[in-house]
Amino acid sequence: MKRLAFLLAVPLTSLAQGDVDKVLKRDFQPRGQATMDRIVPDAVQRVCNETSDKPPAELAKTLEADQLKTIAFPSGTLIGNWQRGERIAQGGRGLTWSDKPGAPNDGSCYNCHQLSPRESSFGTIGPSLYRFGAARGNGPEIQKYVYGKIYNAKAYNLCSQMPRLGYSGTLTEEQIKDLVGLLLDPASPVNQ
Amino acid sequence: MRGLCFFILALFSLSSTGQDAKKEIQKYQQMIAEGSPVELYELEGETLWKKPQGPNNVSLEKCDLGMGPGVLKGAYARLPRYFKDAERVMDLETRLLYCMETLQGRTHKEATQRVFGNDDRASEMEYLSAYIAAASRGVKMAPGMSHPKEKEAFALGQKLFFHRAGPWDFSCASCHGEEGKRIRMQDLPVLFKPEAARPVVATWPAYRVSNSQFKTMQWRLNDCYRQMRMPEPVFASEATNALNMFLTATGKGEPYRGPGTKR
Repeated sequence: MKRLAFLLAVPLTSLAQGDVDKVLKRDFQPRGQATMDRIVPDAVQRVCNETSDKPPAELAKTLEADQLKTIAFPSGTLIGNWQRGERIAQGGRGLTWSDKPGAPNDGSCYNCHQLSPRESSFGTIGPSLYRFGAARGNGPEIQKYVYGKIYNAKAYNLCSQMPRLGYSGTLTEEQIKDLVGLLLDPASPVNQ
Repeated sequence: MRGLCFFILALFSLSSTGQDAKKEIQKYQQMIAEGSPVELYELEGETLWKKPQGPNNVSLEKCDLGMGPGVLKGAYARLPRYFKDAERVMDLETRLLYCMETLQGRTHKEATQRVFGNDDRASEMEYLSAYIAAASRGVKMAPGMSHPKEKEAFALGQKLFFHRAGPWDFSCASCHGEEGKRIRMQDLPVLFKPEAARPVVATWPAYRVSNSQFKTMQWRLNDCYRQMRMPEPVFASEATNALNMFLTATGKGEPYRGPGTKR
């Protein structure tokens, strides 16, 4: 933590992070389920903000290990229902101030990734996941990796652009398993 | 206008590959720009600009948008800028709000009650923005960049642009930070790069065909933060003005050719 404190003491511009935090607290307002606690960056976000998403390797390793501890891996197979997974991957609901609180959320996966070849409207911020399982198999190790990556992407790459979909409470354990199915089930269109 | 929405949907379903879809979308964008209803918003904006309102029952015609009271020609192209009377940096909507309060005597609460419209009816702010921005057509975008407060706004806006927070760890740069990326089929301009920011700055505010609405930059920022899963930025706040300053100053230099027409 000492090293972290030293790192944070060197701002990237003349504007101190504290000033930005003050502006955010003053110039944003809660709306719907988007409450003000969301404004305050957590330890991971703070490091990524201060280092322009390029944290020193050692610090990244430490914080990634902390993030890995947030993932509760279910026992047994992690491959859920790929049909349900496809619907979760297609949908974009959840966590905005205009979304109904308590309603099921989606994964917004197609916003950034190519998955099933049947869907031609896909984003490119993340890598293509077409044939993800066909290329890697679907054994316990890869199941665990995919589940963990969706649950908390920051456990594998600290400043990844991918949201921590389980950690943030966006997706349930069941939903993440269904997404693992979409990626790894040999019958899933992703692997055709 | 509804017909156009169906047309865009048909285009998406007809196209078999991403490349085809992209070409179709370009064709479509060209087409909608030719039949844009932007002029109707400009006309309604002119009516509202000249309409006496508020406890003082005066119009906005004496509002000083930076070029002197009532001067509209080229005023939008010089915003955001520092205003001495208000002692702060203001974009178009923030300045209009200031005039509604100071000239027309309207309360902040009343004047900000409905800043963003819907597909039934645009907001007063949206109509006015269309009218005033149109008066800068052909004028090079050149926001204020010399006053210390303007420099401060730029630095704050830059910092906010890259600030990651919220349950999804997003900043503006999460979507607008890398060349050649898109969300679904939507191309994403890298807004901290002048060449990508210029055409954006030169065409907002704009009419959006997909929802048949006229939209302003304050709305654009607001809806980005909604999608970032963040709390709501306060309308006309220092934060939104700083972001607008950062984007506009980054994309300065192109003649204004809006209000634009977006997908």
